[in-house]
Amino acid sequence: MTHYTVRRRLTRLAVIVGLLAGAAFAGLPILWMLSSSFKANPEIFAYPPQLVTPGFSLDAYVSILTDPVKIRFFINSYVVALSVVALTLLVAIHAAYAFSRFEFRGKRWLSTIIISVQAVPPITLLIPYFGLVVSLGLYNTYPGLILTYMVFTLPYAIIMMTGYFNTLPRELDEAVRVDGAGSMTALWRVLVPVSVPGIVSVGVYTFMIAWNEYLFALTLTRTEDMRTVPIGIQLLMGQHSYQWNEMMAMSILGSIPVLLLFLFFQRYFIGGLASGAVKS
Amino acid sequence: MTTLHSSRRTALARGYRRTEPYRFLSPTIILMLVLMALPIGLVVSYSIYDNVITNRNPSLVGLENYIKILSDPTFTIAIGNTVFFTVGSVAVHLVLGLGFAMLLNSPLISAWVRGIFRVIFILPWLFTVAIIAVLWRMLLSPNGVINYLLVTLGLPAQQLEWLSDPQLALWAVTFINIWAGYPFFMISLLAGLQGIPADLYEAATVDGASPWQRFIHVTLPQLRPIIISMMLLDLIWTSQQFALIWMTTGGGPITATEMLSTYTYKLAFSRYEFALASTSAVLILAMSMVLAYFYARHQKARD
Repeated sequence: MTHYTVRRRLTRLAVIVGLLAGAAFAGLPILWMLSSSFKANPEIFAYPPQLVTPGFSLDAYVSILTDPVKIRFFINSYVVALSVVALTLLVAIHAAYAFSRFEFRGKRWLSTIIISVQAVPPITLLIPYFGLVVSLGLYNTYPGLILTYMVFTLPYAIIMMTGYFNTLPRELDEAVRVDGAGSMTALWRVLVPVSVPGIVSVGVYTFMIAWNEYLFALTLTRTEDMRTVPIGIQLLMGQHSYQWNEMMAMSILGSIPVLLLFLFFQRYFIGGLASGAVKS
Repeated sequence: MTTLHSSRRTALARGYRRTEPYRFLSPTIILMLVLMALPIGLVVSYSIYDNVITNRNPSLVGLENYIKILSDPTFTIAIGNTVFFTVGSVAVHLVLGLGFAMLLNSPLISAWVRGIFRVIFILPWLFTVAIIAVLWRMLLSPNGVINYLLVTLGLPAQQLEWLSDPQLALWAVTFINIWAGYPFFMISLLAGLQGIPADLYEAATVDGASPWQRFIHVTLPQLRPIIISMMLLDLIWTSQQFALIWMTTGGGPITATEMLSTYTYKLAFSRYEFALASTSAVLILAMSMVLAYFYARHQKARD
C-alpha cells in the first residue's frame, strides 16, 4: 500500500465519521420523537432511557385519530394550506407571466417591492392584520387565515415562477400569439403545461409555509374548531398534564404531509430552492 | 369614415395592449396594497396614538410611545437577547451548513450514500417550529435524554434545567434554532459547491496547494456571494423568530430569552397595549429594513 492510498483511505474514513456524526446530530432527536410516540407515557422519562420499550403501542395514535377535536386540527390545516396553494399559484402565475414576457413602466420598481416584502417582520404585520381582520368580520374564519398567509407565500412564488418562465424560450408562447390567440391563451395553453415542474416546486414550498405557520394561526383564530395543527400541538401541551406520547404522535402525523411532499418532489424542490437562493 | 373608425380601433387595440401586463399583475398589486401598504400605514399610525383597537377614540400623542418603548429596560434586554440569538444562530448555521455540504460533496462517497445522508441532514428543516419546540422541550427536560447523555459522558454532575435556568435558557433556545435552521444553508452551499469548476481545483493542485489552501483560496472565494446572501437572509429571518421562543420558554425565565418578537407580542396580546406594541413593531420593521437594504444591494451587485 502506497503512502497515497493510505492517505486516501484515512480521508475517506474521516468523511464517513463526519457523515455519521452529522446524521446523529440531525436524526437522533427525530428518532427519539418517533420512539416516544410508541411509548406508554410513564416510559418516556424512564431511567435509563430506551429506544424501544416493552410498552410499545399505537395508543397515542389511536387516541388522536379517534378524537374529533384533533381530527379537526388536521382538516383545518388541509383546508387552509390547499386554499393558499391554489390561490397563490393562480395569482403568481399571472404575475410571473407579466414579469417574464412584458416590458412595462414600473417593472423594476414593482419587483423591488416584491423582493423587499420578504424582509417585513411578521410581528409588524400581525397587529394591523388583527385590527383589519376583526373589523372585516374575518376573525376566527378560514378566509382570514388564507388571505393573510398569502403575504408570505406570494412574493417567493412570484420570484420563483418568474425565474422558471425566464428559462423557457419566448418563441414558445409568442408563436401562438402571432397566430391570433390572446396572451391569456398563450399562457394557459402553452406556457403553463410545460411549466409543471416549476409550478410543483412553488406549490410544495407554498404548502410547507402555510402548513407550518404558527403566529397568525395563534392570533387570528380563537375557537378550538378553527385551530390548525401547530396550535393543536400546543393546546395538547396545555391540556391533561403533558401527554408526551400524544404530542409526539401528533407531531409525526402533522409532519407526514410535508415529509411525503418533500420525498416525492425532492429533485424539483431542492433545485428550485437552491437556484432561488443562489441566483434570485 | 372607415379610416377614422379603423384608427380609433388601432388606438383602442394599442391601449388594450399597453394595459395588458397590468391586467396580469392586478391581483398581485391589489393584494400587495391590501396586505402590505395598508397594514404598514396602519401600524405606523397606531404607533402615534395613545391606545388603539381597544380604545374607540384614540388621541394623537406623537412620539410619546417611542420614548416609552426606547426607555423600557426590557426592550433593551430584548434587543441584546435577539442579537445574541441571531448572531449565534447565523454563525453556527454557516459553519455546520458548509461543513455538511462539503462532506456531502466529497467524491469519496457513492451517489446513493450521498442521497441518504442528504435526506437525513435536511430532516430538521422539514419539521414545523411548533413541533421542534415540543420535541426539544421533551429532550431538554431535567429527566430528559440530553441530560442522561451528558451525565453518562460524565459532563455535568447534576441534571440541568436547560429551559428554565436563567443562565442556560438563552443558550438552549439558540442551540435549538441552530439545529432547526442549518439545512437551508447546507442546501444552498451544496448547490454552490457543485457549481465550482473542477479545473480551478486541478490548477491549484498542480500549483502544489494543500487541501486547506485549496479551501481558503478556491472554495471560499467561489462561495462568497452565496455565503453573504444566505447570511443576510438568515439574519433577517432569525431576528424575527417568534414561535420557537414562544413555545419553549415564552421569553422567560423572567426576561432571560425575551426577544423583540415576544416582547411585542406580549405588549399586544397579553397586555392589550396595541399602541405600544405597534411602536415596537415599527422599530423592528426599521431594523429589518436596514438588513433588507444590504441584502437588496448585494443581490443587485451580483446580477
